[in-house]
Amino acid sequence: MTNDVILQVRDLQTHFFTRSGVVKAVDGINFELKRGETLGIVGESGSGKSMTAWSILGMVPHPGRIVGGAINYLGENLLEKSRGEMREIRGSGICMVMQDPLTSLNPVFTVGDQLVETLRLEYDEPKRSLRQRAAQLLANVRIPAPEDRLANFPHQMSGGMRQRVVGAISIARAPNLLIADEPTTSLDATIQLQYLRLLKDIQDQTGAAIIFITHDFGIVARMCDRVAVMYAGRIVEQSDVEDMFDRPAHPYTEALLQSVPDLDTDVDTLPSIEGQPPSLDALPAGCSFAPRCPHAWDRCQEYPDEFTVAPGHTSRCWRSE
Amino acid sequence: MATTDLVLETSQPQLSRRQRLAEKRLPWIPIVVLLVLLVCTAFAHWLAPHDPTSLNIINSKLAPFESMEHPLGTDVLGRDMLSRLIYGARTTAQISVTALALGAIIGTVVGLVSGYWGGWSDAILMRITDAALGFPTILLALVVVVIMDPGPTAIILAVLLTVWARFARMIRGDVLTVKGYDFVTLARITGVKSPVILWRHIFPNVANTLMVITSLMVGQIILLEAALSFLGLGLSPGAPAWGIMVAEGQEVILDVWWLSLFPGVAITVVVLAFNFFGDWLRDYLDPKLRRAR
Repeated sequence: MTNDVILQVRDLQTHFFTRSGVVKAVDGINFELKRGETLGIVGESGSGKSMTAWSILGMVPHPGRIVGGAINYLGENLLEKSRGEMREIRGSGICMVMQDPLTSLNPVFTVGDQLVETLRLEYDEPKRSLRQRAAQLLANVRIPAPEDRLANFPHQMSGGMRQRVVGAISIARAPNLLIADEPTTSLDATIQLQYLRLLKDIQDQTGAAIIFITHDFGIVARMCDRVAVMYAGRIVEQSDVEDMFDRPAHPYTEALLQSVPDLDTDVDTLPSIEGQPPSLDALPAGCSFAPRCPHAWDRCQEYPDEFTVAPGHTSRCWRSE
Repeated sequence: MATTDLVLETSQPQLSRRQRLAEKRLPWIPIVVLLVLLVCTAFAHWLAPHDPTSLNIINSKLAPFESMEHPLGTDVLGRDMLSRLIYGARTTAQISVTALALGAIIGTVVGLVSGYWGGWSDAILMRITDAALGFPTILLALVVVVIMDPGPTAIILAVLLTVWARFARMIRGDVLTVKGYDFVTLARITGVKSPVILWRHIFPNVANTLMVITSLMVGQIILLEAALSFLGLGLSPGAPAWGIMVAEGQEVILDVWWLSLFPGVAITVVVLAFNFFGDWLRDYLDPKLRRAR
């Protein structure tokens, strides 16, 4: 069982040291991921989803720093790796699919050159055989006439094609873990669907685990095995997808699920969550969701522990005690 | 019938615009000008009919075409204008090309490093750049001349010392923009090394800026060289250089107008040719305008 776990995040803390104080973007989160599993991380903007991703990649932007915890990848703590070792792991072990696939290609190089550049890092082979691999990759992401396409510049391809190329670059070094950071927000609905299918395809082919960062529960339902809901830098609820949809334990999850439009029921106004997400440099003392929570009571002055509401289903709310 | 006309009318201009783009491939006039400059630089000693520095007081102030011996006339000291122009091309090309190339290389490297790595290296390099930009060129040149002997090397060094900073500043700004592009992040995510990212992803995307600054700088450098020579900080007064020739003719411009006019026209034409050539190069290097191979 532990053999299957490829990523284990333990009490990860990523803080930003700004002039106005310390911003706890990620504040002690735990989760693990098995081979071939898809974990959805859901939350509002600024909840720390993306910073979790950059932390795992070892690319936290300035002035952020990982100040505590451990990220165990295949049993080794990534936080103890040197820069060079981290660069080796990025791409070959852990890779990310960019937020906006349309701008992720260099306009001055052909698609083939860009694929070969990445492949060269993995395979010590002559250029011709690298180009063959590149063509194979394009075929894997269902691009017709891949050999001809290698000579194309990005602007000569359609948006959907370019996404596929970016997908191909991301999987070129056959990573064990793919992080997809809101890969569909910039796309229209049909292309979104295509892209999600492509990611599923890639997963089936490579057996990679995927961390799916999104704020869209519809995508979570379609793509993920497990879900973690983040709020103000912490995971407030984590469980299997079905369990989460059937029996959300945390009031924030409940509210999020209610604000997803449902075609079957007829409502005039979509419920929304009152108030604003708290500013991360001025968090309330107790539960960070309490100021917006309809169920808040005196207990919420204190930050809740993690309670197990069902096997594999945890919630950080006093109501789940 | 009417619909066909309409279609023709709307599609025609588009087609011709594309044709115009295709025809825009080679800027013949600037190329010819630059070739002439190149030939003059390389073969000045064969092309020039006279020694550009030999004096001839009897034939002084000959107007253009007054004597076939001196088609563009002679100056106050009777030196042949045509020969001086041809040799001047050599001086100008040598000084500006050397200073420009060195300045572009140093400035680009500084700009790339500074913009990409940021942090301390950026802070230090940019303060040095600021200092170089803020220092008056003429003053800098004076210092250089005091340390070294006046001459082409001194001018090149003086020009170089200010020019590199402009490249560094502009390139750094571009690098900061390009660094944020997703394809750079993607390259980092897939584990590409920083020097490779700099060379393959960032440099080609700032090359356009480099071309444009270079073509604009040529003019400034030629003028700077002229100004320095005029002040006696660079080449010796009698030397055949366009800047010196303009300066020499200035005192007698109402009387002997051709002394300043010809080198002035030469400077203008060469600077323009570089600018047009730079424009064309920028378009040519833009893959969006390049036709599918």
